[in-house]
Amino acid sequence: MDFTEDQILRYSRHIILPEVGGDGQERLLNAKVALVGAGGLGSPVGYYLAAAGVGTIGVIDDDRVELSNLQRQIAHNTQRLGTLKAESAKATWEALNSDTKVNVHAVRLTAANIRGIIGDYDIVVDGSDNFPTRYLVNDACVMMKKTLISAAVFRFEGQVIAIYPGEGPCYRCLFETPPPAGMFPSCEEAGVLGVVPGVVGTLQATEVVKAILGIGEPLRGRLLIWNALEMSFFTVKVPRNRECPVCGDHPTITELIDGERSCSTG
Amino acid sequence: MGADFKVDRTLDVTGQVCPLTFVRSKLAIEKMAIGEVLEIIVDHRPAAVNVPRSMEHEGQTVLGVEQTGETEWHLFVRKDRQKSKQ
Repeated sequence: MDFTEDQILRYSRHIILPEVGGDGQERLLNAKVALVGAGGLGSPVGYYLAAAGVGTIGVIDDDRVELSNLQRQIAHNTQRLGTLKAESAKATWEALNSDTKVNVHAVRLTAANIRGIIGDYDIVVDGSDNFPTRYLVNDACVMMKKTLISAAVFRFEGQVIAIYPGEGPCYRCLFETPPPAGMFPSCEEAGVLGVVPGVVGTLQATEVVKAILGIGEPLRGRLLIWNALEMSFFTVKVPRNRECPVCGDHPTITELIDGERSCSTG
Repeated sequence: MGADFKVDRTLDVTGQVCPLTFVRSKLAIEKMAIGEVLEIIVDHRPAAVNVPRSMEHEGQTVLGVEQTGETEWHLFVRKDRQKSKQ
């Protein structure tokens, strides 16, 4: 493609990189990424993907901006209280880069609608705040063979894993079923340091960009855990579980189902 | 220049400074075929050093750097590598 003068300037620090170049930047501009959630994780993911020139971002969120979100959800601001998070995020990211088209999906993902929504995207990023959505997104991505960059944060800690269906473990290989209701503190009880989803979402964005460019070692088969208080990163190897109910050799979950909604912190 | 090669494309980036001199040169050479020669005209002194060095780093071959004026250089780069690093 021929870059415009503005694009040459905007993406110059990418183009210089031997691993990116004009070819890589073109791949970014042609990429389509779906974000599940425009909250603490989705905010930095969408911000960096828009800055990188990812051409299409789908943002899936049916919540509205609340004051208690703004301690960490940097896609939003005080003027947008009460507006849809998906619309607020679109305004922020398109203002950063008009090369990025943000599609608003102001709905809650369900077994009935998820295929139709994520079907248009190459890569899915999970920044959801509840287990039923997390498992629904995992199962749909496995069935549809979509690359999924999954993450979660809790208090001072976060974890990330890249799921490449058929090439490594899925979320259910790691945690086969959601924890029983009540085992995890509710959203209101849990608390999270505001920068934690910022760091972890930025790690997710890094994995998305690597996946689009086809460079480096993906976080496949490895769960990365970061602790802010210890300021320590470590990775745990996660094998694919051949008995996994969704991606194993003889899957028992062959249809998407809606789970009961409980809460973790997103 | 003792020209035992022919120039396939000339890119004039006079008036421009680093790193855009290299950015534009890299975008130009990406579109060329292996073995073709790009001539780059620069008038920014650091670019006369930096652009050839960066091109070598990318796996291309610098055939020569010719100073044609007080602050004008012609750089000749042969494309030897199609893709950047993966």
